[in-house]
Amino acid sequence: MTTTPPPRVALQGVTKRFGPTLAVEDVSLDLLAGEAHALVGENGAGKSTLVKILAGIHEPDDGSVVIDSEPVTLRGPADARARGIAVVQQEPRLFPDLTVAENVFIGHAPTGRFGSVGWREMSREASRIFRELDVDMDVGSLVRGLSMADQQLIEIAKALSVDARVLILDEPTASLSLHEVERLFTIVRQMRASGVAILFVSHRLEEVFTLCDRATVLRDGRSVITAPTAQLTTADLVRHMVGREVSLFPKTAAELGDVLLDVRGLTRSERFNDVSFAVRAGEIVGFAGLVGAGRTEVARVLFGIDAAEAGEIRLAGQPVRIGSPSAAMAAGIAYVPEDRHQQGLVLDFSITDNVTLPILPRLFPRLFIRAAAERAVADRYADRFRVRATGVDQLVESLSGGNQQKVVLAKWLATDPKVLILDEPTRGIDIGAKVEVHRLISELAASGLAIVLISSDLPEVLAMSDRILVMHEGRITAEIPGATATEEAVMFAATGHQDPVEAPV
Amino acid sequence: MDTMTGRVRGLARWETLLLLIIVALVVIGTAVSPVFLTTRNVPNLIVAVIEVSIMALPMTLIIISGEIDLSVESMAGLACALLGVLSIAGVPLEAAIPVALVVGAIGGLFNGVLVTVFGLPSLVVTLGTLALYRGLALAILGSEGVSGFADWFTTFGFGTIPGTPVPWPAVLFIALAIVLGLVLHGTWWGRQIYATGKNNAAARFSGVRVARLKLVLFMLSGTVAALAGIILTARFASARADIGQGLTLTVVTIVLLGGVNIFGGRGTILGVVLAAIVLALLGNILRLTNVSAEIQSIAVGLLLIVSVVLPNIAHQLRSGLSRPGGGRLSVASAGAGEVEA
Amino acid sequence: MTTNVAAGVAPPTGGAVARPLRFLARQRELSLVIVMVLLGAFVALQAPQFLSRANLVQVSVLASIIGIAAVGQAIVVLTRNVDLSVEAIIGLVAFAVADLLAGRTLSEPAAIGVGLGLGLVLGIGNGILVSVGKVPAIVATLGTLSIYRGLLLVLAGGKQVTLTDLPEGYTSISRADIAGVPVFVVLAVVIVVIAAILLRQTRFGRQVYAVGSNPEAAAVIGIRAGLVTFAAFAACGLLAGVAGILWGMEFGTVNASSATGVTLSVIAAVVVGGVNIFGGSGTVVGAGLGALFLAFIQNALILLRLSQFWLQAIYGIVILVAVLLDAAFLRRLQRSTSRRRA
Repeated sequence: MTTTPPPRVALQGVTKRFGPTLAVEDVSLDLLAGEAHALVGENGAGKSTLVKILAGIHEPDDGSVVIDSEPVTLRGPADARARGIAVVQQEPRLFPDLTVAENVFIGHAPTGRFGSVGWREMSREASRIFRELDVDMDVGSLVRGLSMADQQLIEIAKALSVDARVLILDEPTASLSLHEVERLFTIVRQMRASGVAILFVSHRLEEVFTLCDRATVLRDGRSVITAPTAQLTTADLVRHMVGREVSLFPKTAAELGDVLLDVRGLTRSERFNDVSFAVRAGEIVGFAGLVGAGRTEVARVLFGIDAAEAGEIRLAGQPVRIGSPSAAMAAGIAYVPEDRHQQGLVLDFSITDNVTLPILPRLFPRLFIRAAAERAVADRYADRFRVRATGVDQLVESLSGGNQQKVVLAKWLATDPKVLILDEPTRGIDIGAKVEVHRLISELAASGLAIVLISSDLPEVLAMSDRILVMHEGRITAEIPGATATEEAVMFAATGHQDPVEAPV
Repeated sequence: MDTMTGRVRGLARWETLLLLIIVALVVIGTAVSPVFLTTRNVPNLIVAVIEVSIMALPMTLIIISGEIDLSVESMAGLACALLGVLSIAGVPLEAAIPVALVVGAIGGLFNGVLVTVFGLPSLVVTLGTLALYRGLALAILGSEGVSGFADWFTTFGFGTIPGTPVPWPAVLFIALAIVLGLVLHGTWWGRQIYATGKNNAAARFSGVRVARLKLVLFMLSGTVAALAGIILTARFASARADIGQGLTLTVVTIVLLGGVNIFGGRGTILGVVLAAIVLALLGNILRLTNVSAEIQSIAVGLLLIVSVVLPNIAHQLRSGLSRPGGGRLSVASAGAGEVEA
Repeated sequence: MTTNVAAGVAPPTGGAVARPLRFLARQRELSLVIVMVLLGAFVALQAPQFLSRANLVQVSVLASIIGIAAVGQAIVVLTRNVDLSVEAIIGLVAFAVADLLAGRTLSEPAAIGVGLGLGLVLGIGNGILVSVGKVPAIVATLGTLSIYRGLLLVLAGGKQVTLTDLPEGYTSISRADIAGVPVFVVLAVVIVVIAAILLRQTRFGRQVYAVGSNPEAAAVIGIRAGLVTFAAFAACGLLAGVAGILWGMEFGTVNASSATGVTLSVIAAVVVGGVNIFGGSGTVVGAGLGALFLAFIQNALILLRLSQFWLQAIYGIVILVAVLLDAAFLRRLQRSTSRRRA
């Protein structure tokens, strides 16, 4: 009987919490030498957390990381790297003012006489690595100004330079062209052949089948299935990724009115192209898609944070130029950003201060703040939205995620918008608050707002939307009526496939 | 009053501390010198810090909004030099003063444009204009001093309101303190300034016109710096291009001592006014006890550093005690601090 | 079928954009030299005494003093900090050494040793405030500028040390030369070379660049930014001490207001020399050339009978232009590495 060698690296029964949220629960995963193992799952399924645990950035609350059959405690990214685990992150962490060669060898530069930096050897070795990768790279050039694809290659070269035994690729192909992807895969196959254990995290399911030997599907923080890719189909993967009970969200039917928001041919090159859609009063249009598809970019242009290069925006039939957030607000657009803490709220302000911030000029035309008046506004919304706090004077940083999000919603409702754009409105909040937020969104639609709902939470998108627009790599690739939409159909379109059943607009 | 509950309490602590220091200084002062509270000494006490105190007021707003203006001392010098040059050219003060103020506004505008339109860090921009404006002052006036200003001007400079020990320039300070205090704490302009300092992105995303706000603040700072230069000229009855060197340090010290956080978002006008009083008393006591100007200079430097280090240490102690084990690592992955939903 | 918006992304040549950049970076030093040659030619035409030995020595000696201080400042700026207190350190060391020599309390080498030690200690003071006290460099060094200047005032009182008080031949060191090149210049060149080698060849030197280029990534790698910053300030203080000693030798007369305004010259030299104010890029050779360039300008102003008072304004303009250029550069290149979001 042949004994299979133990996995290079394995996670055993790993659990990790962030505050009240359970990111991963009891997940076991093993990476064998000479194997490419895919890790798939929706946004938020826990893939990122697992990668960070392997990279030494987080420590599991429960369970262990096992390297060559020995449980270890990784004391940080440097420790993980020293043990041969190399991670190529989605976003490269390079030093822009240093050369490519130096970046490749950062932290472990070859030394010459007296311990000085061996530049020539470094340059030679770096060149050799890139030659092996079959990449034409000038190792003497500065990293600043290199494309994302090149920067990623440098990260891979970094891994090769430490003789990594485990290579983790986290969404490596997100910003790559087809040619670059092929090149990357050739490299990965080479490494696999030389005995490296590969973990490949990706949304692109066809790549999973092209490259990987086994696949693990994560859903809601748990491992659902681990099997050889030969025994799976794309449909299987999708089914495992999304298959869950669709909970009932209270979505009230609304009468659809006139078109309030009309977007035509909106383009911002390299982010999104030729985006056109319309939203009517009372309608909720869901925007689904993978990370990087361009949804938030569109929202930012609609709200005046970024400028579009081409295209037209109309509010209630009138063309508008939106050059700034205040212009957007004046036109009647409100935007609840995806980053609650950095963009949505001033954490050090009270509920009142946050709620009234956008409407201060309107509320107090004579400049002076009347505390009673603004407190009244805040009270009104806090009651309506059922914000649980000690009072409207409480600082929002001490509120729970769900209540914080309600404050953000309140703030934007107070501006009396016609169009409300929500970007991941229920990210990071617990299920109870989620339901409340959904109820609020339904009510808002019913009261005549046109709502754009950007979300990576498929059940949410499906339950709340009258229509679902799916974006993929900067374009709208599908429009699916809410009534007939399925998670699989959305996922297909989001990963670049064409849904054979497309209802006419 | 600003409706920031937790912070109001925290600041009240700092301002109370300043008040206690003021009381202590008054006690020490009277103990140390019999002339301390006399009508002869009080004007001197006030006037010694009047220019820096006046400049500290707009500086407060700028620092709260997250920026800084190091060029104030040079703008004061430039205004002074302008008065000198215009005086030589026979231009009456009534016309020269407005010109100087306008130049101050333009200088502030220049700073503001570089920061808001070109996106340069205010620290470096105002370091450059610190040199540039001083250079311009020297270039137009040279090293000579100009005197012979009108009586009403010099009386304004070192006279007091008849019957009181209150120097005329102090009236300007009080007026400016009241106006800016009202703006910062009573109007929504002030609320927007705090928001910008606490979270520039969130303020922008909430429709606050951050660029315009900062532009206005820089112009205000420049104009008030020019005003301070005018007061200096009146006080010394002489216009020199090298006047005011080293004042920026004192201005920043007063602001930070007043409880304003160097990183922005926190602080009150009241605190800064109290800090100005502290500095005035301290300076006066040192002078009356014949402590050298050098020691005073050291004292100011120490005061500046202490007023930043103390809150830092307090903060580190507080957060160091409450942070769980994985603190260091979480900071390293700062960019991805968000929970993956 | 995957549509690819990123089709417009540059082909994988790994450096088509970046290559010209490396070239441009070297350009800074080269263009400074070219400008100086042109400037020199222009001034020489207008005022032939520019090329006289006495004048060239004068310029290079001054440039050396500022240049040495600029090397120290460059190291600090590379870590994304700044040291405003250099002028006070220079003044304090200059006076302390001169005073010790005038009082004949110590021999020349010993006095110089004390001066160096003093510079180092003052630099360490800055380092502690910034790395341990977490005080922003601008505030910390603004404070120490005042404190150190105050200490100088205390030490000096109203007195001053003049030429005649100093030991025989001490001040003539500034006019001594090795094979025709002034000693100060040789020293400055040696210091620049040593610093350049340190920054380029040692692990510590590379950490200086890493910390300034991307502090977060540096922390992840395990670089101790606090230590690096501390060392940078200590080095800056030490080199300012050297500059202070040279100052005393050159000017002979030292008092409480010596070296006032030098900070600006030093920072301007660093910035002109191509050291990016945002940290992470630039060379000490550039800083040295920047000091030379500014000394040239000062000399040109004198020889061309232009008002010396324009000097400050020029320094200010120089700083602003350099920052504008640096920022424009950065922006142009961030654009090609755009991120995508949801």
